[in-house]
Amino acid sequence: MAEIVLRDVQKYFGAVHIIKDLNLTIADREFVVLLGPSGCGKTTTLRAIAGLEEISSGEILIDGRPVHDLEASNRDIAFVFQLYALYPHLTVFENIAFPLRATGEKRSEVEKQVREVARALDIVHLLKKRPSALSGGDMQRVAIGRALVRRPKAILMDEPIGALDAKLREDMRTELKRLHIENKATSVYVTHDQVEAMSLADRIVVMNEGILQQVGTPTDVYQNPANLFVAQFIGSPVMNIAKATLATEGERSALVLGENGDAFPMPAELKGRLTARGGPFGDLKIGIRPEGVLVAHEAGEGFVPLEAHLIEPLGAYDIVDLKVGGSFLRARTRSGFVSGPGERVFARLDETQTHFFDTKSGQSLQIRLGA
Amino acid sequence: MAAVKSSGALVGNRLAITAILVITIVFLAPIYWIASTAFKPRALATTVPPTVFFQPEITPFIKLFVKRVQLTKPVDPAVYEAAPWWEKRIFDNGERVLRTGPNVQLSAYPSRFMNSLIIAITSTVLAVGMGTFTAYGFSRFKIKGEQDLLFFILSTRMLPPVVVAIPMFLMYRAVGMTDTHIGLIVLYTAFNLSFSVWLMKGFMDEIPKEYEEAALVDGYTRMQAFFKIVLPEAATGIAATAVFCFITAWNEYAFALIMTNRRAQTAPPFIPSQLGSGVIDWTVIAAGTFLFLLPVAIFTFALRGHLLRGVTFGAIRK
Repeated sequence: MAEIVLRDVQKYFGAVHIIKDLNLTIADREFVVLLGPSGCGKTTTLRAIAGLEEISSGEILIDGRPVHDLEASNRDIAFVFQLYALYPHLTVFENIAFPLRATGEKRSEVEKQVREVARALDIVHLLKKRPSALSGGDMQRVAIGRALVRRPKAILMDEPIGALDAKLREDMRTELKRLHIENKATSVYVTHDQVEAMSLADRIVVMNEGILQQVGTPTDVYQNPANLFVAQFIGSPVMNIAKATLATEGERSALVLGENGDAFPMPAELKGRLTARGGPFGDLKIGIRPEGVLVAHEAGEGFVPLEAHLIEPLGAYDIVDLKVGGSFLRARTRSGFVSGPGERVFARLDETQTHFFDTKSGQSLQIRLGA
Repeated sequence: MAAVKSSGALVGNRLAITAILVITIVFLAPIYWIASTAFKPRALATTVPPTVFFQPEITPFIKLFVKRVQLTKPVDPAVYEAAPWWEKRIFDNGERVLRTGPNVQLSAYPSRFMNSLIIAITSTVLAVGMGTFTAYGFSRFKIKGEQDLLFFILSTRMLPPVVVAIPMFLMYRAVGMTDTHIGLIVLYTAFNLSFSVWLMKGFMDEIPKEYEEAALVDGYTRMQAFFKIVLPEAATGIAATAVFCFITAWNEYAFALIMTNRRAQTAPPFIPSQLGSGVIDWTVIAAGTFLFLLPVAIFTFALRGHLLRGVTFGAIRK
């Protein structure tokens, strides 16, 4: 098991800058998920750690030892590919045994270890089959078995369950989590699926356009997004982002959303906090998740009357689009709370769940009201 | 359901079957002619119209393998009785087998046939082997001027080979490589190499590079990954390429005719050269040709499973 450190890593493909100055430390036994849209450099980062991709500059250390000049075969790392990459001409047994054979392990020892892993993954009955005879889920189990059998320093996974159907994906997610708890292998996992990331990760690394956006626990990344990209990438349904203008009247302050939108009252401390972060506030954007938009049938302190425009029933809850100026504010309500489009309701922004961003830089202003 | 099949489809179906039958007959006719002539008594070989029904015999094959001369006087009955069965057939034809002491003198055919085998197999192994490595390199690594190099390799096949026959012969003569096995092997290998590189590159490109990458992270060197993973995966392509290379080398006539005359002569120029020696015995020529057809047929048949997959490679691979 091992700690993985990336220091000032840069990667170019020709003139294209794929990884920009990446610094990251993955602790021993940690499960880290690299999350980002396609083309963000997450897979390249993973392949660079494995040694399948050379980095243009910077350092990669595994257990304190620089490995960026080592061949993949000498890094003692396992890799699970999205399309499994099981060797088609070998049986499942031989596929799993393959990494052990490289080390010249004794025959009986290979047999024992393969069976052990197969038992853990519940694929003993498949050992004699060829990969072509397996279902997608079983292929992925075999691929994971092949990664686990050698007890490598770290296991790297590149969207390992991305090709499975939804139900199977959920099962495999649970299984991966269980395996990690049992094996405690340092794991780096690449995905563009935030649900996978949230459910599996000890820490999530959000990347976009080759730049590391934020590193943190799933809760941290969800609750304190570092910038507009993370705010919009994490969470489903997506966080409301709106241009906002601060309006003050004596002690009271409010946020006017969009162009000529409604004014939502905010605590008086907001102005001071914004000033401390370097107002004026022409370039202010706020972000608020649908669950931070509180909806009521009755008027109340801080509530603004709005018209419901669209209702998406999602079973456990509804997502209601409320008309604010020229655009919409999405709120999460109890199922059936708003009866239909056109209904007048009252809404308030929960100031503790409101995020403030600088439009120009996209960075969070790190203001959390009431906290 | 067959009953509701439209009559149009039925007619189309019959037409297709008829066409296939006609094509098959046209293709098989020359082979049948050669094969039947190889088993005919000499007197029936040149009848017009051709004899279709006859008592097959293997005398032409016996004649093919031994040196013989015309009898000048009838055979001594005691000698005839003492002769083995196959020699009696020669006597029956008004000829006798030449011997050095007690040993039968073999004709040149077996050695020419062996030459063909040695040269075709060796050049095929070389062309396919080198082609596979080269194709792997082109397929997997970034190579400066890759497209130009590949075009250059292909361009060696753009000229009809016979065009360079005379200069090649002069060069070979200058370095003493005419009528040597190595000479023809080098020639055929060079011929087939460009073809082999191009064909193998197609097959290599089809093998997902994740297989090797998986082997690399599993602790194998690139070379080990190549032999343990890429080669088995490329077996189909290698088989297909080998069949084509072997057929080209086996059937090559023009260069063999120019470059060799005795020691390294292959079967293709040898068989027709027998036409010139006195009375033409078509049954012997047919027997030689028939045997010459067999290796390619056997080789292709042995690899047919791979070949079929090889030809439809891109289509059926997941």
